Amino acid sequence: MQQYLYLIPVLPLLGFLVLSMAGKHLSRNFIAGIGAGSICTSALIALIISAGFLQSPPETGAYTQVLWHWFLTGHLSADVSLRMDALSLVFICIITFIGALIHIYSIAFMREDRDYARFFASMNLFVCAMLTLVMADNLVLMYLGWEGVGLCSYLLIGFWYETPANYRAANKAFVITRIGDTAMIIGLFLLFKELGTLYIPDILAKAPQQFGSGSTTITLIALLLLSGGIGKSAQLPLQTWLPDAMAGPSPVSALIHAATMVTAGVYLIARMHTLFELSPIAMQVTAIIGAVTLFIAGCSAMVQTDIKRVLAYSTISQIGYMFLALGVGAWSAAIFHFFTHAFFKALLFLAAGAVIETLHHEHDIFKMGGLRKKMPVIFYTFTIGAAALAALPLITAGFFSKDQILWYAWSANGGHPVLWTLALLGAFITAFYSTRLILVVFWGDMKTTPGHLPGPAMVVPLVILAFFSIAVGWIEWPHNLLHVSLFSEIVQQALPATTLKSNLPPEIVFQLIAVGVSLLGIYTGYVLYYGQSELLMRWKQSEGLMSVRHFLFKGWKFDQLYDILLVRPFLFITRINKSDVSDKLYTAIADANLHLNKLFSISQNGSLRWYVTGVLIGILFIITLQLLL
Amino acid sequence: MSIVHAHTVLIVAAILFVLGLAGVLTRKNIIFMLLSIEIMLNAAGLAFVAAGSRWQQPDGQVMYLFILAMAAAEVSVALALVLQIQHQHKTLDVEELKELKD
Repeated sequence: MQQYLYLIPVLPLLGFLVLSMAGKHLSRNFIAGIGAGSICTSALIALIISAGFLQSPPETGAYTQVLWHWFLTGHLSADVSLRMDALSLVFICIITFIGALIHIYSIAFMREDRDYARFFASMNLFVCAMLTLVMADNLVLMYLGWEGVGLCSYLLIGFWYETPANYRAANKAFVITRIGDTAMIIGLFLLFKELGTLYIPDILAKAPQQFGSGSTTITLIALLLLSGGIGKSAQLPLQTWLPDAMAGPSPVSALIHAATMVTAGVYLIARMHTLFELSPIAMQVTAIIGAVTLFIAGCSAMVQTDIKRVLAYSTISQIGYMFLALGVGAWSAAIFHFFTHAFFKALLFLAAGAVIETLHHEHDIFKMGGLRKKMPVIFYTFTIGAAALAALPLITAGFFSKDQILWYAWSANGGHPVLWTLALLGAFITAFYSTRLILVVFWGDMKTTPGHLPGPAMVVPLVILAFFSIAVGWIEWPHNLLHVSLFSEIVQQALPATTLKSNLPPEIVFQLIAVGVSLLGIYTGYVLYYGQSELLMRWKQSEGLMSVRHFLFKGWKFDQLYDILLVRPFLFITRINKSDVSDKLYTAIADANLHLNKLFSISQNGSLRWYVTGVLIGILFIITLQLLL
Repeated sequence: MSIVHAHTVLIVAAILFVLGLAGVLTRKNIIFMLLSIEIMLNAAGLAFVAAGSRWQQPDGQVMYLFILAMAAAEVSVALALVLQIQHQHKTLDVEELKELKD
């Protein structure tokens, strides 16, 4: 089957080509068939190839397929060639499988939209670009996919471009991720200069021989690559675009801004793990950024009122967990959290989209309420998603992955009690806002009357995702509870195992603390948001708390900070430099010529006498010159 | 008949030339300016004849014939122009005729 590897990204590309070229002339059913069908077929092929891979892993650890020679300039050669090892296998399966479910959901969700074909064309192109990103065997092709997903993200955030806020959000996302991308491409240049290759297996093999551990060059390269990941994965300090990116349709948020694209940074770091392992500083920076981001974004998620913004901040926070895990060297734990997070966060976004549509595009959670009886399926699936997000012990997938990260945040070689504390605080916050979301949206009085309930095309993907949000956790148990570690066995074919510190307290202590904190978070949410809580009322009276709430609501005012630090100085400079200083040189040349012209044109005064005098003076001058010389 | 020295004739030619030049520079009427140019041409012709007689060569007189022919041609064109100027501008004053000013 592995000779059909190329079909996985090519089918979505074909879908994109057909829909973008002929989309206007096709019927809606046909568009839906091509748009969702291409992804479903590609998911099917991906599953079959993965099954083959898992049954009999290839000796080299990867399936490779060279499609054609892309270009060759100097020493840089880039092939369009695909490579599937254990790490990309996980990503490919998630992208195609969840992508297929989201496409099926979109058939119903977008059916009223007049740009039906444009939506599916962009979504197909996104899946193609994302698959290119994870299947590329050299960094040039990977960068193509990297920019491709950025483009599609831009197109889909601004999908409803008539509203100014939407295209502004799209521009913001594009520009901010571009900052990270620029750093990343510089990192790639540097890597090529040092190693002379951008072929990923070569880089991983050569890097340890070329660089000493902790040398300046490798640290610089790792930090530059990390910056690329930070931009794409919306981590501190480039996280501000993701909450605004919720302007796009809900399936877009589910696919791009929760399950796949925003985890591209995680993939990049995991893929380049050798470089990061060589640079302890870069690892520490990754872990610290992850830990701080998960805390900051979690705090903001607690006070948001827009259902999608709650989920957006929660996504930033969960990716923070992944970065933390990468930073402490818990590679497989990070990928496992990506794996579970993709299911439950896609589920939450799709369910939120269903709620929003049923309530006539109402985004404010405090205008929802009481939907438990009206929309039972949505309620149960959403609750399962939220429980997984809150890491409800032993039942949900989120527990297994987050518990691993918490344990490694303390015990892994790069771990530190401070990182663990932040992660634990994050776990409390996550459980709290998940509970708040459920209670506010589904309990209490009904404030908006629901319209049409979602049909089977929307409900079935939700149910499937809900099933996986619970079930995928069981393939990887904590070591001390049950000896099931299917996931890490697969991933460790491509990534190194986590090394632990010595003299650790028993793991069960940490697990109990984590469980306790999650339950405490849920209980706090229950106390504050079930019915009318007096405590909450009293807090709302307090001015100090309300200003803190406002500060968190605005996402720690990062936008305002950047406005003051970057935007305003820039506008100030442009204002004082309206007539460009560097243009002065060129305008000066033109001005000098103009002045000389005026000077000489005085002599052309039309007076015959003046001309004769001129001739005379000229002759006298020449004669004098001849006499003198 | 006393021999006239070449340099005496040259001095006369120079005086004629300067007179003509002064006329061109100072006169306002175009016809007088043309007359002054004729005087300058004749001064040049006189200098050629004097030089021809000094070195006993015919070239000087040949050159004078050329100058004569050229002066005749020039005057015919110039007078036609003067007629046109008078016709179009109703004046022959060079101070007034400054249309080619920048």
